[in-house]
Amino acid sequence: MRNLFPDNEGHFGEFGGKFVPETLMPALDELEDIFRLAINDNNFTEELDHLLTSYVGRPTPLTFAKNLTKKLGFKIYLKREDLCHTGAHKINAAIAQGLLVKKMGKSRVVAETGAGQHGVATATACALLGIDAVIYMGAKDYDRQKINVARMRLLGATVIKVDSGSQTLKDAINEAIRDWVTNVSTTHYLIGSVVGPHPYPEIVRSFQSIIGKEVKDQIMIEEKKMPDIVIACVGGGSNAMGIFHSFIDEENTKLIGIEAAGEGLNKKHAATLSVGTTGILHGMKSLVLQNSDGQIQEAHSISAGLDYPGVGPEHAWLKSIKRAEYYSVTNEVALMGVKLLSESEGIIPALETAHAVGYLPELTNVLNEQSVLVLNVSGRGDKDMDIISEKLNFFST
Amino acid sequence: MNSRIDQLFINLKKDKQFAVIPFIPINWPGTDDTISIVETALSAGADAIELGIPFSDPLADGATNQLAYQEALKNGSKVDNLFKIVDKLRTRNVKKPLIAFSYFNPIYRYGIEKFMINAEVSGLDAIIIVDLPPEESIDFSQLAKKHKMHQIFLLAPNSNEKRIESVIKLASGFLYCVSVAGTTGVRDNFSTGLETFVNKIKTKTDIPIIIGFGISKKEHIKFIKKIADGAVVGSAFVETIRNSNNENQRDMKISEFIHNLVEVD
Ligand SMILES: Cc1ncc(COP(=O)(O)O)c(C=O)c1O
Repeated sequence: MRNLFPDNEGHFGEFGGKFVPETLMPALDELEDIFRLAINDNNFTEELDHLLTSYVGRPTPLTFAKNLTKKLGFKIYLKREDLCHTGAHKINAAIAQGLLVKKMGKSRVVAETGAGQHGVATATACALLGIDAVIYMGAKDYDRQKINVARMRLLGATVIKVDSGSQTLKDAINEAIRDWVTNVSTTHYLIGSVVGPHPYPEIVRSFQSIIGKEVKDQIMIEEKKMPDIVIACVGGGSNAMGIFHSFIDEENTKLIGIEAAGEGLNKKHAATLSVGTTGILHGMKSLVLQNSDGQIQEAHSISAGLDYPGVGPEHAWLKSIKRAEYYSVTNEVALMGVKLLSESEGIIPALETAHAVGYLPELTNVLNEQSVLVLNVSGRGDKDMDIISEKLNFFST
Repeated sequence: MNSRIDQLFINLKKDKQFAVIPFIPINWPGTDDTISIVETALSAGADAIELGIPFSDPLADGATNQLAYQEALKNGSKVDNLFKIVDKLRTRNVKKPLIAFSYFNPIYRYGIEKFMINAEVSGLDAIIIVDLPPEESIDFSQLAKKHKMHQIFLLAPNSNEKRIESVIKLASGFLYCVSVAGTTGVRDNFSTGLETFVNKIKTKTDIPIIIGFGISKKEHIKFIKKIADGAVVGSAFVETIRNSNNENQRDMKISEFIHNLVEVD
């Protein structure tokens, strides 16, 4: 039943919807029509499946984390989205939207990026499919994820540094939308998470939900039962929705999302679901970080991909009906998470993913040896090596 | 009794005239400058004023208004200040229409009903919310009606037949037609289909049509005067104010700017 959401106007309970200037309304209608046709069209789904297997590298493995399991006292499986081509889950939705762009007959896409992973995924899909890509990136993120800027340029994309506002993901989204409003007849906005006006949260969830579908089959083979916990980090919420969606109707599986508590919830952070209030940002009604006068506040996280003062409306809804739980961990705990997974399993996670890893020790009290947990490794940590080296003093004398 | 806005268009029609509506964010450039700017513009011949409520993430605005909003927020601008300003203008005997322009979040957060009550009491006439399409404005529209606030809807040159019809059904006061696909900000050209589009709307309704986004000079007004009932002049007005060094110069520049547009025939 819960899988029927959103409703026809894109509402997940009181959240979601379409809050955009009139100029964009026809584009959203067109996108929705094309999306519904596409997912029911065998040619489209076959082409997508083919690219996902032969190009992206799906299905991604489910790895049993033997050493971490021993350390923490419950069974831990890792869903390896870090092994996707380009190094994160973002490519799943980028390739699929790229195919939609072809169907719409458009020749250009704009996209926002925080960590640069969605920008790289978009640039990759566009290189493959022959589409012009323009990627907006906040100036702060541009500086802290330089390797990804270089990757996007190498892939032929135009990267535009955004100096307005807080110079992070939210401002990159504002700029991408301004470009889209101006060039809407030729341009598709290739959103990277389950955010924005309807139908984006549904489209991105739909293309990311392959993560959870694969996990369901893989865990049945390994454990012959559904997991007790599925856990993922939450920025906009796409890797979390991707792994959660197939489990929403599995009442015995707990769904846990981990946000960025930055320097702490009483200081600068990005814990929108944990402490945000209902508001309207980037075309959706959801939980947002805002002051009492409805001005959006700057978010902060060591991880650019979680540094966003909004969140997908479906997460706000899952929280409100208590189907999913959301907690947050600080920059410091995330760094501990990077070390923990690297040292115990030989897997260097992205700083985003490291937030979910960093939360695992909290669960030792409620889980036992029989408990099964699946953690979504949303991406690999190569892009974060500069920050990690600095914070862990690898080169200090 | 006719509302101030209805009366404005009845009068303009009688005299075969055209509405010039400047836009400025409240509490900008200085916190207390709004009253003087509005009064100067009105005495120079502006027919109504659009007062912008500053927002941190104005995704329908170009660089000029973005910066002005940011500065107004630094000045401490708040939704409540809108009502203080409108109230003061009415006390000082300003009789022309005052229209609020906002993004939805500040008003949602303030409380829609509380906003409407204060809007009515202070003497605001209308509200335009750029990111609140008809689909999402059912509650909002009811409360607007209850408190005699015209809710102004927007149409864009790419709005299809179905959207035009549904917007017209809800329209009150006037329709706001954007001149191009794009954000606010001074530009040279409008959408090539603008005239055809406006004519299409006119075959379906008698409600006045105002054109906005990107209008900055006499030649624009000359063109728009032929096809519509008025124009909103936003970024160009904001730039005029930004380019003045002191209050005297500002008053002169505002008067000159408005005169220049009003005198077009
Ligand atoms: C590796 C990785 N994980 C997670 C995220 C957060 O996004 P979302 O919450 O949409 O999965 C990002 C975003 O850039 C990312 O690169």
